[in-house]
Amino acid sequence: MSDAPRRSERFVAREARDLRKEVLVSPWPELGLVAFDSPYDPEPELAVADGRVVRIDGRGVDEFDLVDHFLAAHGFDIDAAAEASALDDTEIARRLVDVDVPRAELVRLSRGLTPARLARIVGSLDPVELMFALKKLRARRRPANQAHVTNLKENPALLAADAAEAAARGFAEVETTVGVARYAPLNALAVLVGSQTGRAGVLTQCAVEERRNLQLAIQGLVTYAETLSVYGTEPVFVDGDDTPWSKALLASAYASRGVKVRFTSGGGSEALMGHSEGKSMLYLEARCLAMIRAAGSQGVQNGSISCVALALSVPAGTREILAENVIAAWLDLEVASGNDAIASHSEIRKTAKLMGQFLPGTDFVTSGYSVMPRRDNTFGGGNYDADDLDEWLTIQRDWQVDGGIEPVGEAELVEVRARAARAVQAVFRALGFPEVSDHEVEAATYAHDSGSLPDRDRAADVAAGDRILAERISGLDVARALDRFGFSDVADAVLGMQRLRIAADYLQTAAIVGADGAVEAAVGDANDYRGPGTGHRLTGERWARVRALPHELDPRSLAADGSAGAPALFTEAGEAAAGGDHDEVVVAVGPAFGDGLRSTIGGLPHEQVVAAVLAGIRDAGAQARLVRVRRTSDVAFIAHDAALLAGSTVGIGIQSKGTAVIHRADLQPLDNLELFGMAPLLGLESYRAIGRNAAGYALGRSVGPVPTALDNFARAKLIVTTTLLHARETSAIVPNAPAVELARA
Amino acid sequence: MRDYPLGTRRPELVTTPKGLKPTDVTLDALRQGRLDADDVRATASTIRRQAAVALASGRPQLAENLMRAAELAAIPAEFVLEAYTALRPHRSTAVELAALAERLEREHSAPRTAAFVREALAVYERRGLLAADERRPAPV
Repeated sequence: MSDAPRRSERFVAREARDLRKEVLVSPWPELGLVAFDSPYDPEPELAVADGRVVRIDGRGVDEFDLVDHFLAAHGFDIDAAAEASALDDTEIARRLVDVDVPRAELVRLSRGLTPARLARIVGSLDPVELMFALKKLRARRRPANQAHVTNLKENPALLAADAAEAAARGFAEVETTVGVARYAPLNALAVLVGSQTGRAGVLTQCAVEERRNLQLAIQGLVTYAETLSVYGTEPVFVDGDDTPWSKALLASAYASRGVKVRFTSGGGSEALMGHSEGKSMLYLEARCLAMIRAAGSQGVQNGSISCVALALSVPAGTREILAENVIAAWLDLEVASGNDAIASHSEIRKTAKLMGQFLPGTDFVTSGYSVMPRRDNTFGGGNYDADDLDEWLTIQRDWQVDGGIEPVGEAELVEVRARAARAVQAVFRALGFPEVSDHEVEAATYAHDSGSLPDRDRAADVAAGDRILAERISGLDVARALDRFGFSDVADAVLGMQRLRIAADYLQTAAIVGADGAVEAAVGDANDYRGPGTGHRLTGERWARVRALPHELDPRSLAADGSAGAPALFTEAGEAAAGGDHDEVVVAVGPAFGDGLRSTIGGLPHEQVVAAVLAGIRDAGAQARLVRVRRTSDVAFIAHDAALLAGSTVGIGIQSKGTAVIHRADLQPLDNLELFGMAPLLGLESYRAIGRNAAGYALGRSVGPVPTALDNFARAKLIVTTTLLHARETSAIVPNAPAVELARA
Repeated sequence: MRDYPLGTRRPELVTTPKGLKPTDVTLDALRQGRLDADDVRATASTIRRQAAVALASGRPQLAENLMRAAELAAIPAEFVLEAYTALRPHRSTAVELAALAERLEREHSAPRTAAFVREALAVYERRGLLAADERRPAPV
């Protein structure tokens, strides 16, 4: 005998759901497990003496840590600080959500705010206010998206095909990485060739160790980097083997080679690494972001990023992550807003979180949408993946919101994937690398994931990767190889990426390359949202493109005349009169029954439905008469009209889509004896039982209701068909016409 | 800012180290062997122009970053990476960082980057982030 109390089966069922694999904890500020307002967060403070910052958030120069020193040297505008000090937090918070206060004014003000003040002001906004502020503060006018492209086998044909798909779907950036470091040059090359096959101008990166990354950039094989991670406390920074100065110098080094750079930071990382110093996630992230701007980065990927599940373990975690994005945008940084690492096991929970970035739009709504199935995502990402694409596209269509991904049809995608795989095959051949076989090209074109691709000779591949570095094989060499094998358009696109390096326009804030090949950035294409009717709105051609999902149907094709020109199933034999026999049940069908429509929504032929109902009535010992009601398509009135005609006063109404009602003349039309609304679930046996029951009522017997099934999803699945069938029925109405007798034709 | 994007609005202002304009980078030029991989890149002068665009668009720190980048553009990548490594915590002694700043300034005409290194040196001293003298020297 167990002493355990009896469990509620509902509690047990909920515990079995995926959501409950996640641990939720109450706040523990000492460990940094607190989203906002830790008791150890400092009071905002900014003191200036002789033009120099001497106190920041409760610390004087002698107590400054690395981040404070860096901010004091590079982080503030003294005039803006004076202006901000004259305003209280509420006033500044109100300006964030005031449609009439321009972004530029808010950005200027942000230059006078310390991390503690930024965190306190932004922390005071509720979720909808945060979203509105983010919409206003985004740097670039048009939101975009970034793709992840990797696979477990590091197969170059599959990398190229996936990068091409990402580009064709409108992703502005494609990020790859490696399982094995020596693959980096090959993966960078495959993603470059693939992306430029899909759409010229897509920026690419290969997330590897900085030295290797910089070398790939120098050779023109990648164009951006976002591997520069920073942290909000000195011990974590130093454990990460960097300082604000080393990271800032690295950023300048990348820029010196024409590489677009964004930093990476995110709430919860300090707690995870054991040195939160008891501070809240948002306050520490505000320090990171202030440092990132001070270092001169054009942008950041933030919003907890890989620690997202830790932020979500504490109360208000989702709001905290959105608040981080808002601070980043307020500081005038390009924001790639996370949503790449898996946020939750629960599809409901993770998508609820996504809406914070998705609805306002950020510079990159995700910092890595997994274009391939998540099992092939070697970032450990894949919050949203290949199998989720239709959902993402549908949500864009539902909200009329631009999430940076475009629908593309299967035939077009198969073609672009095949072409990219063949292009990388040609480059490998031209450079004397291990062959990419036709079989690999085909598998890369059609496969769901890398499981369907053959294993390659990995030793030979990494040797080829080494050759790219040793022989300084460049973007120009890749273009030359493509050109030699007939891919001159791809060659031209790869050459275009080299050409972009000359002007280095994409070093400016939030730069991407638009569909026309022009650089689109916060200079020239700044977010100009100033309220309704302004800013980027999903309208016109772009809306037409984003909403046109390949599986969208033309409702006219569904509402076609069901008769296909055949003669009606029943002949009309004059006006129906009231019957005199007390055992007579009248069956009335709708205006289009057996004529413009020939089967129910469940696919039952109308003649069989009628035969079943009539047989049921006769089985039970009553008489049956068939009529058509022409004046209405409403099943209640059809059935009531039948009851008024029936000698027994009991009638059955059947709509063309199959919905049926048993009625009696003395009842109000919208009342009934039995209603069978679940037409898709009715079989011929059900219609026979409906006939038997109606007869039972007519003969004054005791009648048990016809058993019916319930499918709560039937409506979601069939409501469009229902609407179209009903529209056809309604169009067959003859106003005020009396019912007519029907006979089988 | 009116000139941005420079590549399409002022292509004549942004030439490669050997004087090619963006519009010279064509497939025909590639086929005829007129392009050199080491040449198809931004010059220090172009990056300084981008710094000016950043400053004019109200982004002083981005401009400062790009001014440092312009200084680094002419410096061999290997030395740039060594300078980065030297700035990592506990890598360099005070003497080594001072020497790095000196080299940047005198040998590579990179005064802003040199000042940045000296600023780091002062903070690293305060925060105990310099290498102890007996440690192996930083790879500068």
